[in-house]
Amino acid sequence: MSATGIGAAVRRKEDFRFITGKGQYTDDVVRPGETRAVFVRSPHAHAKIAKIDASAAKTMPGVVAVLTGADLAGDKIGNLICGWMIHSKDGTPMKMAPHPALASGKVNHVGDAVAVVVAETLGQARDAAEKVKVDYEVLPAVVNPAKAKSGTQIHEIAPKNTIYEWSLGDAKATDAAFANAKHVTKLDIVNNRLAPIAMEPRAALAEYDAGTDQLTLWNTTQNPHVSRLVIAAFVGMAPEHKLRVIAPDVGGGFGSKIFIYPEEVVCLWAARKVRRPVKWTSDRMEAFLTDAHGRDHVTHAELALDANGKILAMRVKTIANLGAYMSTFSSSVPTYLYATLLSGQYDIPQIYCEVDAVYTNTVPVDAYRGAGRPEATFVVERLVEVAARELGLEPPELRKRNFVKSFPHQTPVIMAYDAGDYNASLKKAMEIGDVKGFNKRKRESARNGKLRGIGYSTYIEACGLAPSQAAGSLGAGVGLWESAEVRVNPTGSVEVLTGSHSHGQGHETTFAQLVSQRLGIPIDNVSIVHGDTDKVQFGMGTYGSRSGAVGMSAIVKALDKVEAKAKKVAAFMLEAAEGDIEFKDGKFTVAGTDKSAAFGDVALNAYIAHKFTGAELEPGLKETSFYDPTNFTFPAGCHICEVEIDRETGKTDIVNWTAVDDFGTVINPMIVEGQVHGGIAQGVGQALLEGVVYDANGQLVTGSLMDYTMPRAHDLPSFNLGFTETKAPSNPLGIKGCGEAGAIAAPAAVINAITDALGTEQIAMPATANAVWSALQRATPRAAA
Amino acid sequence: MYNFTFHRPTTVRQAAGLLARNPEAKLLAGGHSLLPVMKQRLANPPALVDLSLVEGMSGVELKGRSVVIGAMTRHADVANSKVLQEAMPGLAMVPGSIGDPQVRNRGTIGGSIANNDPNADYPAACLGLGATIVTNKRRIAADDFFTGMFSTALEEGEIIVKVMFPIAKKCAYEKFKHPASGFALVGVFVSKRGPDIRVAVTGAGSNGVFRVKSFEEALKKRFAAKSIEGMTIPATGMNTDIHASAEYRAHLVGVLARRALAKAAA
Ligand SMILES: Cc1cc2nc3c(=O)[nH]c(=O)nc-3n(C[C@H](O)[C@H](O)[C@H](O)COP(=O)(O)OP(=O)(O)OC[C@H]3O[C@@H](n4cnc5c(N)ncnc54)[C@H](O)[C@@H]3O)c2cc1C
Repeated sequence: MSATGIGAAVRRKEDFRFITGKGQYTDDVVRPGETRAVFVRSPHAHAKIAKIDASAAKTMPGVVAVLTGADLAGDKIGNLICGWMIHSKDGTPMKMAPHPALASGKVNHVGDAVAVVVAETLGQARDAAEKVKVDYEVLPAVVNPAKAKSGTQIHEIAPKNTIYEWSLGDAKATDAAFANAKHVTKLDIVNNRLAPIAMEPRAALAEYDAGTDQLTLWNTTQNPHVSRLVIAAFVGMAPEHKLRVIAPDVGGGFGSKIFIYPEEVVCLWAARKVRRPVKWTSDRMEAFLTDAHGRDHVTHAELALDANGKILAMRVKTIANLGAYMSTFSSSVPTYLYATLLSGQYDIPQIYCEVDAVYTNTVPVDAYRGAGRPEATFVVERLVEVAARELGLEPPELRKRNFVKSFPHQTPVIMAYDAGDYNASLKKAMEIGDVKGFNKRKRESARNGKLRGIGYSTYIEACGLAPSQAAGSLGAGVGLWESAEVRVNPTGSVEVLTGSHSHGQGHETTFAQLVSQRLGIPIDNVSIVHGDTDKVQFGMGTYGSRSGAVGMSAIVKALDKVEAKAKKVAAFMLEAAEGDIEFKDGKFTVAGTDKSAAFGDVALNAYIAHKFTGAELEPGLKETSFYDPTNFTFPAGCHICEVEIDRETGKTDIVNWTAVDDFGTVINPMIVEGQVHGGIAQGVGQALLEGVVYDANGQLVTGSLMDYTMPRAHDLPSFNLGFTETKAPSNPLGIKGCGEAGAIAAPAAVINAITDALGTEQIAMPATANAVWSALQRATPRAAA
Repeated sequence: MYNFTFHRPTTVRQAAGLLARNPEAKLLAGGHSLLPVMKQRLANPPALVDLSLVEGMSGVELKGRSVVIGAMTRHADVANSKVLQEAMPGLAMVPGSIGDPQVRNRGTIGGSIANNDPNADYPAACLGLGATIVTNKRRIAADDFFTGMFSTALEEGEIIVKVMFPIAKKCAYEKFKHPASGFALVGVFVSKRGPDIRVAVTGAGSNGVFRVKSFEEALKKRFAAKSIEGMTIPATGMNTDIHASAEYRAHLVGVLARRALAKAAA
């Protein structure tokens, strides 16, 4: 392993500019003549818009324009769309309601945009926005997803507020397996709704060049090409080649910046209308009201087992809240990213899952770190843990009896696991976490008046999204391959243009590590270019832990082509047959001789083209590739959480955390550990602290960071991490992906630990001190064994 | 934020004069309560009178049997004051528990008390020690000062200059933090100064800070956690929100009072 190659803990190249404040985020971009946009937003969850009177606002100082949904419709700007088709059990397509970028006739959640004010300054835009008079006729709000079907109908297209009633698996066979079961474990689960809270709020800056009829959008997006495609082809803003989307530095996304939101559409449209650049930057409270939320499932789940603790079948019924409109990928999250993972790490013969997706008068819900897989893992790992307790088995023992042990393994829910060793990660985690010493620690805690519990989560996820043909057959409107272009400059330095997008992941470092190792050049001679549709060929962006497995595989393919071409050049330089040229450690050699040429010399010769004629070889050294994965990848592992609970206050402290993950090949262990840390923090946040709350009228109760609890450093212990490795067979580097694992594994581990300590299974997330204290009033805590 | 005029007087007299001439003006201390509501456009003062250049308004001093803290003293400076840590470490626990470092380095005792947020920490210390709030016009006993959530005995244009805390031999503060904001979900300050025993609670009551007479009575026998073992207060009148029910808050009052007493004895 070289000091900067694959496997080295190279310091992040991008951090110098971030730490010294030199990052360039959307809001940092300033265009000549720029104006500011402020949105007039609905204060009601559900209401008819009787009248909008903008006359006073239009006369306010500095106002350039006040635009409404009627203007938008007048200009024939199309609706936002959801790009993944799901069909109900009865074969009918999902009920996608119109989602105009500015509400027309009706508002459907608090924060729904009704009008936009464009003014010279932000202050003037705010002042004028307050003067826009909107008369509402308030309608009853639908808030609780479990009661959505009987609530006031929100969209004409969707009776009973139902988007689809979908199922996966064999209902009959599953029922039959249940009929023969010795034991059935049943759980009611609410997967709490989360706000994504990226550090950088969303922002958009749009500019129109009347000379070329060109629109440019700077935007906080994880996938600039997908944004451009949707805004061009579906919203109909401009032809694709007349729209440039730039995602400059983006400060975190966690999924929330995948989607195409009303604000960027409105800024583009307004910029062309007023012939001035238009900028909008969300503030934190606006972010709570308008960023797509995550999770929000209500589930009943059952697990059937035989007398030996062998799992026979699983039955799951979930109601998924998709909010007021169907966001870009919302339909896929509670279906193909959820039910397909219900087999967990286990060999389960039959699984049947039903998912009803519903509209409510809340902000749209879509993918959030893990997207469907945390919800699935929570169902599976809670069921397994509770089943073990009910059967009087140690939870690791029940897991071992049911682990998938041979590969490939076809689950009853589509996925074909290709590689893994679930025993290995469980065993290693139990060693690192000193499970043997747990009872002693529990007695010590008891002496201090504390309850101690231990909880496991042996999770699996499907990453490396995704084989395009498979995704297409499941309803995806796009392919999920990735692209790369490797440009070797005449001096031998390299630019990699990637369709992946880094918004915290560290691609500028990890991708450069791959190139440095492969071409044998210093890592500083490599730069990674991403996030600009004018620079980079079409690409699919970053989400679903896909940038390593898919994005880097595309780079590998392009590098293969570069090497092949460079060998041709070297053959001319070294006057040898192409087949005799070998490439290693940055040097081209002729087999069996001492003749050689350095990579840089070959690059120069490719461009000066003095050693070959145009008839023999094209000059230049630049290759493009599109890589489409042949399977998902299946990162998996074991997390063990130990908690201490203050009996008097109910406060839970996480005192021990062990995570052993199998991510396949690890490019940069420091970055991977950082991803695990962040993921666990988010998972702990879900389990203990976070939860979006709307009141019965659809008003957001958790509308600021003073109410919505984010995990902080003091909420977390120092993590004990370990790795096992089985390579992903489906991609050239053997990478599985690591970006979401922590958030997927953690919630079940925490709740399993708390319920172990309490001796009751009845605890909802977030398990606040109050909730745990209340549960304690009903429970008989488990004593040390 | 809306536009406003900004004044920076250098004496309390000047500040009082500015307030008299601009009845809707607001005093600005650390700005950590006032500026957030102005940014949200929930408060709209046409003028701010910034106290940060007024001389003699900050510092922690020992005066006779009292600790005197200037109204503009930052939470961090009170928490780290050598004078206070020697004279009455139990009081230093209060500013030390406020928010995060940024808040402690900006927020002031005067601002906190004038604001009387029902979850703020200082009101518990003031009531729990029987402090005297000294304004440019008069002295107000803590028992008369806090009149309900976000409301105080301060009159229009009245400026808190300092707060005098009588030194209690035994006192301590125990706080259960609101998980999101860091304010007190419940905070209990206990003190014993001669025969005067006080138990003051913040964060719990829907009417702001209050004393728990039943605990104070029970503690007269012996100022120790044991004396109020198993005691609790009724849940009526307690706050309920997404982080804590009224029952839970009432329960915490007993738990935290016992913990504070244990700390005070240590
Ligand atoms: C994130 C965050 C966390 C916090 N956590 C806590 C916490 O844990 N515990 C806690 O107790 N507080 C907490 N606070 C509040 C903080 O302590 C405030 O700073 C304090 O309550 C107000 O003090 P200030 O100096 O900032 O006052 P300002 O915001 O400047 O003023 C507050 C009010 O008091 C008036 N005022 C100010 N000075 C005087 C004076 N001398 N005489 C008369 N009126 C005056 C002002 O006009 C204004 O109405 C937190 C605040 C934030 C933003």
